[in-house]
Amino acid sequence: MRLLELFRRQPPSAQVAKERLRIIVAQERSARGGPDYLPLLRRELLEVIRRYFNIDADAVHVNLDRAQGHDVLELSVALPETGAAPDLTRRAR
Amino acid sequence: MTEIMVVTSGKGGVGKTTTSASIACGLARRGKRVAVIDFDIGLRNLDLIMGCERRVVYDFVNVIHGECTLRQALIRDKRLENLYVLAASQTRDKDALTAEGVQRVLDELAADGFDYVICDSPAGIEKGAHLAMYFADRAIVVVNPEVSSVRDSDRILGLLASKTMRAEKGNGGVHEHLLLTRYSPRRVATGEMMSVGDVKEILGLDVVGVIPESNDVLTASNAGTPIILREDSIVSHAYEDAVARLLGESVPLRYVEEPRRGFFARLFGT
Repeated sequence: MRLLELFRRQPPSAQVAKERLRIIVAQERSARGGPDYLPLLRRELLEVIRRYFNIDADAVHVNLDRAQGHDVLELSVALPETGAAPDLTRRAR
Repeated sequence: MTEIMVVTSGKGGVGKTTTSASIACGLARRGKRVAVIDFDIGLRNLDLIMGCERRVVYDFVNVIHGECTLRQALIRDKRLENLYVLAASQTRDKDALTAEGVQRVLDELAADGFDYVICDSPAGIEKGAHLAMYFADRAIVVVNPEVSSVRDSDRILGLLASKTMRAEKGNGGVHEHLLLTRYSPRRVATGEMMSVGDVKEILGLDVVGVIPESNDVLTASNAGTPIILREDSIVSHAYEDAVARLLGESVPLRYVEEPRRGFFARLFGT
């Protein structure tokens, strides 16, 4: 630790690594064991919704819940605050 | 009873072969009868790390194809009499390994009275890696304290929990251990490297060993001596501790703390 670094406080990079890993590992674990088509379904949904809204890649959540006797496919799409109006130029295509 | 142990990681270059060689030697040195098998078909390397590359006549695929007996293909270690190496083949044929063939070799090793079979997995999640883990009772997951290695290991943990015989048959699953390599207590102390605790927390595994970063690993591999046999190196001690833990002994972790430095040493960054 050099003298200057004593006064410069950034979050240690190891902590950043740990936080990033915690999130991605949890996300990948939750997708594990689910049917293989879920990621594809999510990607295709994203493509369709993007024809109307300008949304981020992580705005679409697809989740399959197994309850007794029936499965529930849960979709949630977070729309952008400003871009709620459909983008008509792209829709016309 | 033969125990099958896979050394795996997902990511390449993290120390699977170094670990396989040292764990095999460590177990053999404690009187166990051990066979260590290279599953990296097409990219044989365990023979170099074990220092027996010039004695390879027959390999794993030859045995599976019935071109020689298992006894002919097993290379007896020159340093430890109850240690044997089965080399990978250099064939480019990806389908050279079959589940039935691998099972036949493992069954024969068990019938021959081996205590441990160490399966040195190739990197990746292809066939070689799949077959290396499929019959395992235990898994040593080798991880560097670095983001891509940790993430890939978690992927491997998912496969161990689903694509192994123990998982499919539902008899308790594969017993998994974490082995951290290239650990630098100094960089952990300065916050540049994730600690043992961090990695353990993310992956949720028990730690069977922490191997410090050291130049000794390269010099040992240059010479074809498994690093555990270099008694003057702290890496050797760390692997010896890991072997003891695998055998159920309780040994405290060593070489995970940076020795405390004085005020002036820290101030001027020596």
